[in-house]
Amino acid sequence: MCLAIPMRVTEVHGSPEDFTTSQIAVVDADGISREVRLDVVDHWPSVGDYVIVHAGFAIHSLIEAEALKNLSLLKELAAQMPEELLS
Amino acid sequence: MSDKCILLDHGSGGLASQELISSLFVKHLDNPILRGLEDSAVLDRPAGRLAFTTDSYVVDPIFFPGGDIGMLAVHGTINDLAMRGAQPLCLSLGLILEEGMALDDLERIIISIAACSKESGVPVVTGDTKVVPRGKGDKIFINTSGIGVLADDIDISSKNAREGDVILLSGTMGDHGITIMTRRAGIAMQGRLESDTRSLHRLVQRLLEGLPGSVRTLRDPTRGGVATTLNEIAANSRLSVELREEALPVRPQVRAACELLGLEPLYLANEGKLLAVVSGDQAEAALRIMRETSEGAEAAIIGRMVGGKAGRVVITTPLGGLRLVTPLHGEPLPRIC
Amino acid sequence: MKYFDEYRDGTIARALVADLQRAVTRPMRIMEVCGSHTMAIFRDGIRSILPEGLELISGPGCPVCVTSASHMDAFIAMADRPGVRVAIFGDLFRVPGSNGSLANASSRGAKVDIVYSPMDALDLAAQHPRDLVVFLGVGFETTTPTIAATILAARNRNIANFAVFATQKTVPAALTALLEDPELQLNGLLCPGHVSAIIGAGAYVPFAEKYHIACVIAGFETTDLLTSLIMLARQIGAGEARVENAYGRVVAWEGNARAQQMVAEIFEPCDTQWRGHRRSRGSGLRIRDKYRDFDAEARLGITLPPAAEPKGCLCGNILKGINNPRQCPLFGSRCTPASPVGPCMVSSEGTCAAFHKYGLDI
Repeated sequence: MCLAIPMRVTEVHGSPEDFTTSQIAVVDADGISREVRLDVVDHWPSVGDYVIVHAGFAIHSLIEAEALKNLSLLKELAAQMPEELLS
Repeated sequence: MSDKCILLDHGSGGLASQELISSLFVKHLDNPILRGLEDSAVLDRPAGRLAFTTDSYVVDPIFFPGGDIGMLAVHGTINDLAMRGAQPLCLSLGLILEEGMALDDLERIIISIAACSKESGVPVVTGDTKVVPRGKGDKIFINTSGIGVLADDIDISSKNAREGDVILLSGTMGDHGITIMTRRAGIAMQGRLESDTRSLHRLVQRLLEGLPGSVRTLRDPTRGGVATTLNEIAANSRLSVELREEALPVRPQVRAACELLGLEPLYLANEGKLLAVVSGDQAEAALRIMRETSEGAEAAIIGRMVGGKAGRVVITTPLGGLRLVTPLHGEPLPRIC
Repeated sequence: MKYFDEYRDGTIARALVADLQRAVTRPMRIMEVCGSHTMAIFRDGIRSILPEGLELISGPGCPVCVTSASHMDAFIAMADRPGVRVAIFGDLFRVPGSNGSLANASSRGAKVDIVYSPMDALDLAAQHPRDLVVFLGVGFETTTPTIAATILAARNRNIANFAVFATQKTVPAALTALLEDPELQLNGLLCPGHVSAIIGAGAYVPFAEKYHIACVIAGFETTDLLTSLIMLARQIGAGEARVENAYGRVVAWEGNARAQQMVAEIFEPCDTQWRGHRRSRGSGLRIRDKYRDFDAEARLGITLPPAAEPKGCLCGNILKGINNPRQCPLFGSRCTPASPVGPCMVSSEGTCAAFHKYGLDI
């Protein structure tokens, strides 16, 4: 029920504890960039991290280890294919 | 001129109007017929049938990356003539201006229209300007009508597609539509998004010369996008369309912007692209001809006409599944769910 | 893009389709809780390659579809009030109430602004100090934190001409109501990926245990969906009922604690009206008293008018997974995307809209 896409962080402004200044990141995907709010993100991102963006807010920062695990789950399942089906 | 804005006087037909016309329109759009400033332009009888089209342009914002409302007005009407295989001859230009519109903006648009007209080789031979009170318009509305000439042996129509014909798209989808959408407040984003507005009559001429008798249908997929236009072709020719999703050309930044807003490139407007339905045995030749032009450098074969339920458009997805592509029912809207 | 391109790989997807064929060894009924999953499954062509025996049922995860007719009427009445400007997600614009939609209201002069983020609504309030800007809150747990953060920002920026008409709902309570219904008979749940990013994969453990139902949290790319269906089919085939997280790159077991805290600060659970359901306990959210200045219902003294569902409309049953759209007498005839009767047809991810837009009558 929720459109959200991954985007890469190129700038970070503000800090997680300080609600008096705007908590904003600039994010990029395939050459599209915009500001997103960081008010509800779980882990404060650094430049180069990926965040999931929904309704103008980052709702999750990707953790490399988790992302790699997810990828290997996919590759495992795909690798179980007999050779003839993969050609 | 010392006035900075359009006034009601500019539309009244009196001296203020004439000053506007001579200092702006004639100055920039200059050609022998227009300079005469008669009530009508009189044209020589062309050899062939006449094609005649009209379109109005109300886009907001009036300036956007890749163009402006003036460019759309010239290219759009030229393209409507070209889609029937006609050689565009001339255009009319009707403006409805809102009181208070900045004169600098108007001049910028007129200069743009003049540049497009010159580049396309299609002069503006007659025009009209009216001014409405503030609040009764939206800066500027433009109407352009166009006359073209059609050789007797040309018959291009969306009714003519046949089973086995191949469908080509002259370039990437959705560039114009997403550019306009992202200029609106709240969903503004930076990036390499720009309108694809351009004239296609030269591309069409190359196709007609290179594939005599094999070009069945030409349509420019403007409002409603490629999806809606293909549905019209399928319905009018009483055939089905099969598309391949992996063949559809989309710029990565257009795809990313669409995903962010919940939009689909298949449904977004294009202002410088055409769909061509050509006889199946000419598919590769048509692709080669398109790709040799700057307008069609990124052309692709995207599908074909098949028998089956009239008016149906089906697409094969990357995993090999199928789904329907139905026509758009209203304005595409950004969504979060 | 790093970590993401692989999930769109067509070759891998085709291999997974074959794997799914082999994984379904008995009849099974799986519910797609989330409307975005319904749409993605159609759009990617997965519906057309489902193995014999695998029945996919669309569920209530379309926040606009489950918005009751009386809430829609209240939204439209609010838009018609002088001095009020409503800000909405695009999804709401064409949803019909008893008498037209917000689109109709806009055409008769109501101020209706479509925004991408609730924060844009707050900016609108700052730009239009003489209007009361009311953001119409719909959504599930993915969206509620963004609305909570906006209310907090309104307080910090001292923007007084801003309020939220909160009608958001929560998924676990909806699931309970569904799973209690003996008519439903589900073997598995395809769990919403982004809601779970907030509430955590662990939130589904009580359901797996109490109702003996396999749960897999799924992402939205083609390979995510296929992988998740394979995992569900394997669990069901083996008689298992566990929670598996197939969207680990986005969903953590405990979810997003910061977002959860933000929501708890601003909102508290309440009973609410779902379209097609009786009044459902604890599945709604209301703005806490300490933030009542930003609560549109409190500020404007709104009472919900009773509204009947349109005659013949099966949206209620469709949202419960009891009927599919083709069983609705109005589907495709009186109820079409061009003239929708119920929200399932007009919502961008409504089940009926998905069937009508994408579904082949094979």
